[in-house]
Amino acid sequence: MAQKITIEPVTRVEGHGKVTIHLDNNNQVTESRLHIVEFRGFERFVQGRPYWEAPVLVQRLCGICPVSHHLAAAKALDVIVGAGTGEGLTPTGEKMRRLMHYGQMFQSHALHFFHLVSPDLLFGIDADPAIRNVIGVALKHKDLAVQGVMMRKFGQEIIRATAGKKIHGTGAIPGGINKHLTTAEKEEFLNGPDPLNIKKMIEWSQATLEFFKDYYQKNQSFIDNFASFPSNHLSLVRKDGALDLYHGVLRAVDSDGNKILDDVDYQDYEKYIEEEVRSWSYMKFPYLKFLGPIQGWYRVGPLARLNTCDFIPSPLAQAEFEGYKALTNGKPNNICLHYHYARLIELLHSAEMIEELLNDPDLMKGELVTKGTKVNKGIGLIEAPRGTLFHHYEIDDNDQLTKVNLIVSTTNNNEPMNQSVNSVAHSWMDGKTEITEPMMNAVEVAIRAYDPCLSCATHALGQMPLEISLYDANQNLIDRKRT
Amino acid sequence: MQILIYGYGNPGRQDDGLGIELVSRLEKWAAEKGLFEIEFENNYQLNIEDAAAISGKDLVIFADASREEIDDFCLSEVDGSAEISFTTHAASPGYILQLCKELFQKEPRVLLLHLKGYEWDLKEGLTDRARENLDKACDYLKKLLVDPQLALGSNDTIKLCK
Repeated sequence: MAQKITIEPVTRVEGHGKVTIHLDNNNQVTESRLHIVEFRGFERFVQGRPYWEAPVLVQRLCGICPVSHHLAAAKALDVIVGAGTGEGLTPTGEKMRRLMHYGQMFQSHALHFFHLVSPDLLFGIDADPAIRNVIGVALKHKDLAVQGVMMRKFGQEIIRATAGKKIHGTGAIPGGINKHLTTAEKEEFLNGPDPLNIKKMIEWSQATLEFFKDYYQKNQSFIDNFASFPSNHLSLVRKDGALDLYHGVLRAVDSDGNKILDDVDYQDYEKYIEEEVRSWSYMKFPYLKFLGPIQGWYRVGPLARLNTCDFIPSPLAQAEFEGYKALTNGKPNNICLHYHYARLIELLHSAEMIEELLNDPDLMKGELVTKGTKVNKGIGLIEAPRGTLFHHYEIDDNDQLTKVNLIVSTTNNNEPMNQSVNSVAHSWMDGKTEITEPMMNAVEVAIRAYDPCLSCATHALGQMPLEISLYDANQNLIDRKRT
Repeated sequence: MQILIYGYGNPGRQDDGLGIELVSRLEKWAAEKGLFEIEFENNYQLNIEDAAAISGKDLVIFADASREEIDDFCLSEVDGSAEISFTTHAASPGYILQLCKELFQKEPRVLLLHLKGYEWDLKEGLTDRARENLDKACDYLKKLLVDPQLALGSNDTIKLCK
């Protein structure tokens, strides 16, 4: 009897996702899909509003990475107000935004690793779910759990100091920033009591990397072979090829490392990127236009960024990057679970960049805003924690937004996540007659590697937890389990 | 007594902004009354660092919008030991309390204020009915916060969810 297995929603990823795995009469996987409920109404929500409201409004897209949307919108509006594309801001404007962004990157990467990934690594993906969570980590590895909480808190405090309030942060405005960093804030972040100071954050970031490398050494075969497949990779890079999470040109490489998109201006992204609609998913599938949807899909996020960049412009992360690149002889890394490795190198890089910026006097003085001649269209790109984030705005003569198009990081990773689910489904479920929790968790581990933010659904009380449904060949529900 | 009132939700999703609006109103009221010992916080959702934020408090009241079948609003006791699962990037009040107990060996009294909401579309502003529920909840909490011993005492003195 052919079966359809449904895992809904995927645990420990944001929003509401559903995985369906189709089995044939011999329990061989025939097809698997990740269905994502993405709301598509947000563009309309913003249309008609004055353009300067966008950096605040778009934060409501997502409670996970509001700073990324805030900054991507502000970057697009920099173009509209004639302040240029990234390089046009005052030193204070750009550096304060960078500090905000690296604070966001730091807290997001720390949260993902300690809270979502470490339980799988510490207890194994086949461990009892009752202990395979951060409370389990807190009970057995309290030091790690405390580090995770404090690293996240430090990043959040950086965001508060640069963006303002947690809800409706207003720090980035079209053409710049609305405040300086105070001397007291700088002093607190640099030399505050342990553990909430940048030196401790760098030390813990290094220790976290060592923890992962040690785990990798002991589990190399599992990691290297888990849901790995070749792909293209896309991200921003600095004009000289350095890793740059805030601004740069758009670069893509293929699975062998050949440049297939050669450092182009992202204002022209529509020339290169297309989005495909598939009937079974609410979320689109972006691809490189000139390669078409079959060959042109790509990965974004930490793994992709360390594949596209030539070097990392901070010494500790660069040293780690060299070791990481050596694992694949300098070629692109296509190992799915190395998203975690790459993410931790970026965690360290973010901490180093925060320290460098905190010591920069431009944060505490200087002009905040650049003014110019207004135009009616602007594109803003940023490397959000989960990958490249596109914001596209157009305005009319009344300064009202007439067109809004967003391609979020998780949308960019839609096809790769589907490929990963399919890979795991074949490895773990082919020929099996019973669907076990460790097998289902393997699917989730693959998806979690991308740290997706599946949707920004309302999270009000009373929503449904994990639900598993089983259908027969005639689509009759034969079993349903709920956690 | 150290008190924290913490509202969370997305004000861009209609009634999901109930918790945020409650904090906004009560913060203004507390400032006018000179009740500066009460701290206020809000966010789109709870997360792990909130375990540190509640660790130094005697009483914590989380406020969130609710789809449950309640009349207008009610309070429930948060029991950290009852809820240890974690299903998204966001965390529940029970999870935060449990994390606080495990990591910081502190156990404040934690209540969750359920505020009945009705509509959740991508739109700003509360519905009229949700606003009425918010008015009632604010009036109730103002009385409670003037004499917070009530909230620390017997459950007979607070409006518990049935």
